[in-house]
Amino acid sequence: MAHIAIADQVSDLHDPDTFITKYIWSQDHKVIAIQYGCTAIFVGLVALVLSGMMRLQLGFPDAFDFINPSAYLQFVTMHGMIMVIYLLTALLLGGFGNYLIPLMIGARDMVFPYLNMLSYWTYLLAVLVLLASFFVPGGSTGAGWTLYPPQAILQGTPGYDWGIILMLVSLAIFIVAFTMGGLNYVTTVLQARTHGMTLMRMPLTIWGIFTATVLGLLAFPALLVSAIMMLLDKTIGTSFFMPAILSMGEQLDYSGGSPILFQHLFWFFGHPEVYIVALPAFGMVSDVLAVHARKNIFGYRMMVWAIVAIGGLSFIVWAHHMYVSGMNPAFGFFFATTTLIIAVPTAIKVYNWVLTLWRGNIHLTVPMLFAIGFIFTFTHGGLTGLFLGNVVVDLPLSDTYFVVAHFHMVMGVSPVMVLFAAIYHWYPLMTGRMFNKTLGQWHFWLTFLGTYAIYLPMHYLGFLGVPRRYYAMSGTDFIPDSAQALNASITVSAIIVGVVQILFIINVIWSLRYGRKAHKNPWCATSLEWQTPDLPPKHGNWGAQLPRVYRWAYDFSVPNAKHDFIPQNFSQDEVEWLDESGRHKGIGE
Amino acid sequence: MANSGEEKAEYVEPGMPGLVSDWSADKQTFDVPWGKLMMWLFLLSDTFVFSIFLTGYMNVRMSTTVAWPNPSEVFALEVAGTHFPLLLIAIMTFVLITSSGTMAMAVNAGYNGNRQLAFKLMLATALLGASFVGMQAFEWTKLIVDEGVRPWANPMGAAQFGSSFFMITGFHGLHVSAGVIYLLVVANKVRRGDYEGKGYDIVEIAGLYWHFVDLVWVFIFAFFYLW
Repeated sequence: MAHIAIADQVSDLHDPDTFITKYIWSQDHKVIAIQYGCTAIFVGLVALVLSGMMRLQLGFPDAFDFINPSAYLQFVTMHGMIMVIYLLTALLLGGFGNYLIPLMIGARDMVFPYLNMLSYWTYLLAVLVLLASFFVPGGSTGAGWTLYPPQAILQGTPGYDWGIILMLVSLAIFIVAFTMGGLNYVTTVLQARTHGMTLMRMPLTIWGIFTATVLGLLAFPALLVSAIMMLLDKTIGTSFFMPAILSMGEQLDYSGGSPILFQHLFWFFGHPEVYIVALPAFGMVSDVLAVHARKNIFGYRMMVWAIVAIGGLSFIVWAHHMYVSGMNPAFGFFFATTTLIIAVPTAIKVYNWVLTLWRGNIHLTVPMLFAIGFIFTFTHGGLTGLFLGNVVVDLPLSDTYFVVAHFHMVMGVSPVMVLFAAIYHWYPLMTGRMFNKTLGQWHFWLTFLGTYAIYLPMHYLGFLGVPRRYYAMSGTDFIPDSAQALNASITVSAIIVGVVQILFIINVIWSLRYGRKAHKNPWCATSLEWQTPDLPPKHGNWGAQLPRVYRWAYDFSVPNAKHDFIPQNFSQDEVEWLDESGRHKGIGE
Repeated sequence: MANSGEEKAEYVEPGMPGLVSDWSADKQTFDVPWGKLMMWLFLLSDTFVFSIFLTGYMNVRMSTTVAWPNPSEVFALEVAGTHFPLLLIAIMTFVLITSSGTMAMAVNAGYNGNRQLAFKLMLATALLGASFVGMQAFEWTKLIVDEGVRPWANPMGAAQFGSSFFMITGFHGLHVSAGVIYLLVVANKVRRGDYEGKGYDIVEIAGLYWHFVDLVWVFIFAFFYLW
């Protein structure tokens, strides 16, 4: 068929020749991935600064004049929204999805490169609209990242006017961008794999990204629709989410809407969103662990089905975010049960990661440090999730710092750990140079220990009943003064962790120019992305001929093989074997 | 793990063995062009958009405290002194479903290599779609100007009636309008003969979108006008 021939023949690729077509309006998935990545990391740094300012207020109340209650709420909101959507989703799928999918499945590019390019530029527009909301009258919205109506669009909430409008518009634009990219990723994985690359030979990275993208295509519509409905409520005065309300002593024009409807729609998106972030991270960490432990991933098939099962289950757990919104106890029981069931495939994955390490030949490289760090943070965050999934335990803990600690451990720190692991792991592939190892190790240890210094005490604050999102706690009888000492220590740790990220930025930029030149396949990995003729891969990825795949992505330490890894594109005849006495036997069997 | 599943079987049994063979194959899972699979995926995503619109509509219809207007009264037309409930909607639905018929015939003509016929049938489909949008504009005008229905309030009852109506039919109308433009672009390329040699899959892909928009209308019709 015609569409297959295009993939196989290099002559159909038009090499970009000008600077603009090569780096700006590029249709090459690798360039688009880097564009996505840089933009996402940039807004991520903005959100990091916002969190630092929140912590300054919490740790040292009233010491900083520029943080007033309104500004504090705006920091909370924008920090959450940017981190979840514009950093994690964009970097994991737009960045790593774009970079790794064609390389790992042996394709020359995404199936529709032009659409892929549009996806990035639309994403950039969404980011610009979002950033613009800092500068409009009233500032950005301060409704909390969940944007619950009625308060999100009513007077009294910071940024209730232009801030919330720009936020909703930006989300809608982001969803359009994601849809263009997402359709590309799914179609590419399903239809553009190379010879011999069956679905069950794909690296887990691709399985994670693929499943997460499917989740995104089905979950983002809920956010799009609720954004449209809230925009209508705000701008022309419909009452989808707005009941009859007295505000500032006056009856408003709204009546008959349902605020709970928004919560359902938001979390029908919001819970799968957790896994849109988590599943690519699960996949990438599996590959990093296997490569640096020189062992095949334990239970590959189980890992694949666990990813798929988590993806499916993530659509029927959403109301566990709403136990305190008022709910029929039968529904509470249902959602608690499904929430606990989703822990089963997740636990399978954690066991398999640990079993992959078991008796492996562990190389404590920087990516491996981050990957092992992820197992710790994810296990801790996941266990507190089991607490919060139970209705009776959730009720007293809801809206306290226990929840803040839980979700930051499980979907803040953990995916970020994997992102660092992935950036360090694939840095030689993307740039052709090695990063500085010492800086990387400092970066890991300060970040890893620092996050524990931040989030472990937060669990305790939660048990004390310290409520989240509050600007100041002073004069609250049930909170002991010692809580303030803890808050100050958390703030100091947070500032240190924030500053430490400069090490990472310096490392990335410095190594770009002065890093040691990377050998081809520096980690001795088996998957296809390291088998390109050039490092970093050129436009079209594979030179004249597409690779042919003969095996799965985890042939590490195969008995009697001369090397401890066999790349996916090595046929049985190309592998060098040893005879029984351990001597070199030669190529073939 | 070597050498298995590399070459795809020529003949694949239908049913379970075919399913297994598709999903265990290398290179591609479905024997369809890239664009067609992408359109199916887009439509799946869009299905969620419309399902959530309709779910939201049903939810506010339950949550509102004011009586819901009777749709067969609101959407009635007076023709020559006779009162016809749902007359305009019946015609609109008929027009849209007819356009699906002409679209299917256009796909058939394209695959048969009958370029001129395919072009004419696509043009007919686009015209029927445009007349649907025109009738929708007429319906909106009548509701807004003559009957005083607004997105935020209406004289007949619950405010959410107007809100949901304008939002959902408006979103669907945008889909139809976009579809008309899409069809005209593709039809023009068919006329020029751009797809000679490349194959007429694109006509079928445009058709998939068109049938989807049509199917969505059936649900909007059932949930909004008949309930």
